[in-house]
Amino acid sequence: MSEKELGKKWDRCLADSAIKLGTGLGLGIVFSVLFFKRHTWPISFGSGVGLGMAYANCQNDLRSHYLQKIAASE
Amino acid sequence: MLRACLRGANATARNNFGKTRLTNLQHCRHYTAGETSGGGAAKVVAAGLVTVGGGIGGTILYAKWDNKFRAAVENNVPYSDWLLGLALGPPSPKSGLPIKKQEYKDCHEHQDTSVTAAVHPDTESPTATEPLKERPVEEVAAILAQQDQEEQDIATCSLEESLTSSAKATLQAIGAQEAALQAITRHTLKLKEAMEAEVPPQEKSAQWKDLEAALADRTGAVNDAETALSKANEALDSLKSVIDKSKGLKVSAVRPLVLAAEENLHNMVVDLDKVVTKVHSAESEAKIVSQYSELVNEAKQQFQREVSSLTPEIQANWKGLTGKLSSDDLNALIAHAHRRIDQLNRELAEQRVREQIHIDAALEQQKLEDQKALEKAVSTALQHIKEEARLEQERKLSELREVMEAEMRTQLRRQAAAHTDHVRDVLKVQEQELRVDAEQVLSSKMLEQETRYRQLSQEQLDNFTLDMNTAYARLKGMEEAIDSHVVAEEEARKAHQLWLSVEALNYTLKTANADIPTVPLEGAAQAVRDSCHDSDFALALSSALPEESLHRGVYSEASLRARFNSLRSLARRVALIDESHNSLYQYFLSYLQAALLFEEKQEAPPAQLCSEDLDPFKLLSYASYCLEHGDLELAAKLVNQLRGEARRVVEDWLTEARLTLETRQVVSLLSAYANAVGLGTTQAP
Repeated sequence: MSEKELGKKWDRCLADSAIKLGTGLGLGIVFSVLFFKRHTWPISFGSGVGLGMAYANCQNDLRSHYLQKIAASE
Repeated sequence: MLRACLRGANATARNNFGKTRLTNLQHCRHYTAGETSGGGAAKVVAAGLVTVGGGIGGTILYAKWDNKFRAAVENNVPYSDWLLGLALGPPSPKSGLPIKKQEYKDCHEHQDTSVTAAVHPDTESPTATEPLKERPVEEVAAILAQQDQEEQDIATCSLEESLTSSAKATLQAIGAQEAALQAITRHTLKLKEAMEAEVPPQEKSAQWKDLEAALADRTGAVNDAETALSKANEALDSLKSVIDKSKGLKVSAVRPLVLAAEENLHNMVVDLDKVVTKVHSAESEAKIVSQYSELVNEAKQQFQREVSSLTPEIQANWKGLTGKLSSDDLNALIAHAHRRIDQLNRELAEQRVREQIHIDAALEQQKLEDQKALEKAVSTALQHIKEEARLEQERKLSELREVMEAEMRTQLRRQAAAHTDHVRDVLKVQEQELRVDAEQVLSSKMLEQETRYRQLSQEQLDNFTLDMNTAYARLKGMEEAIDSHVVAEEEARKAHQLWLSVEALNYTLKTANADIPTVPLEGAAQAVRDSCHDSDFALALSSALPEESLHRGVYSEASLRARFNSLRSLARRVALIDESHNSLYQYFLSYLQAALLFEEKQEAPPAQLCSEDLDPFKLLSYASYCLEHGDLELAAKLVNQLRGEARRVVEDWLTEARLTLETRQVVSLLSAYANAVGLGTTQAP
């Protein structure tokens, strides 16, 4: 079901973004707690990193179809 | 009369009407009430009756006067003959038929008399007066022959009878005559003896007694002879008449008999005549002798008288005279005798003198008598001779005739022989000719028959061959027909099977429920493949079924529709995403566009798509419309125009739709084909 792919992608994307965000947040929290004396910037940094990674992943995932794969083109 | 009666009846009726008016009040009421109208009706009835009666009476009178009219009326009006018969009696016969009957009756009477008159066989020609048909010639000849035979028989019988009777009579007569002759001669002898003999008186008396006896005998014999002669004459006359009659019959076969009879007759007549002449001569002699005896008697009487006159006492009879006379008497007697002698001498002298005269006279007389006798004898002799001559002539004639007949017979025989020879020759020749002809005819006929036979047999053979051929051809035809039928049935069965399998296939398409594809079409497709071994088209078609449908089945249109409805929103959301625009931001924009853009849910697609219509939203609405209207194909086509992510999103749907469409197309083709094949194999009634 090709129509479910998008959904699946979004699911993944969301899941991934959740994870990433969560992980980033967590890491940020951790780093902020651990290393960066409870500054919020590692949390935001971490969540930003997480979000960014998630966004990138999501985007990548969403546009993965359109990417010309070398293996496929060969 | 009828009219008068009718008038009288009418008058009495009217009178009755009038009379009973006063007497019977009940009826009077009727009469008084309806008298005027009754009177009018009665008048009409009376007038009608009068007319009818007058007509009938007039008809009867005229029929009485004119029979033709009567006949016409009787012919045309039924029961009128009864009425007319009652009134006038039976019709008088004035027609032509009774006249004919009368004529016929007269004719018949004439015919009877003529028939009775003409008994002669020659005039027995039946055409004269009888209205019967002519008897055939053979009959006539037969009748004539029969009649001749009969007459001949009758004639012969009569001849024989008369001959025999006449012979008998003649013989009798002859015998009687002979007896008479003998008696006469005896008598004369006796007389002579008595006259001349000088015998003793007893014997004289005995002699005289004998003489008397002889005389009696003679008279008796003569009478007998006369009667016999008359009888014989009668018989001879009858014989003559019979002979004449037989002669008159003109039957040739009787002629010798007639001749013989005639000869016999002649002989009898001759004999009779001879005997009669003998008798006559004897009689004449006897007469002479008797005369002489009479004379002597007379003389003796005279003498006796003289003697008696002389001697009256002697009762002298001749007998007594001889023995009982006395001498005186004797003397007287002698004297008387002398005297007598003298007298006698004188008479003798006288006689001698007159002898010549007497002799002449006697001679004359004798001549006369002789002449008479001669004439008679001559005439009889002439007659006899004539008769003899005639008989001789007839005999000669008959002999001659016989001879002639014999000769003629011989000639005829010769002629017949010649004729038979000739006929034989001719017959031989004819036989030859006929044989030749017959053989020719036979041969030709045989040939004809042969040819005909051959022809017929050939015809038969040909017919038979033809029939056989036709039968064979028909058989062949039938076989072929049966085979073709079988084949057609096979075809039909196959087509039916195909159709059934196709229908099954078709049915399997329907087994798709919502979201559940159909059962795999493999089985049905296999069935279809099985049922169409020989049809390449069907095989191709059945092999053209997409694999997916075979193994997995296809989705129904409804499910596709439903899916599309859910797809549509998704496709709307990713409408802006394509190869170049596929970042998240684009996604966001696309989502925003989808949220903000409102299009028709369903829009009828135009016949031709222009570039504006390639807008995904429009396409989706077109496709939606098409789907809603059941046109999956157009929807698929329209959906196929989606590009980018939307396309990717609906890819599966599209393939599914394509699959469904393909399968449906194939199945419909197969179905059409099966229908066509089925129709093709259907035999027209």
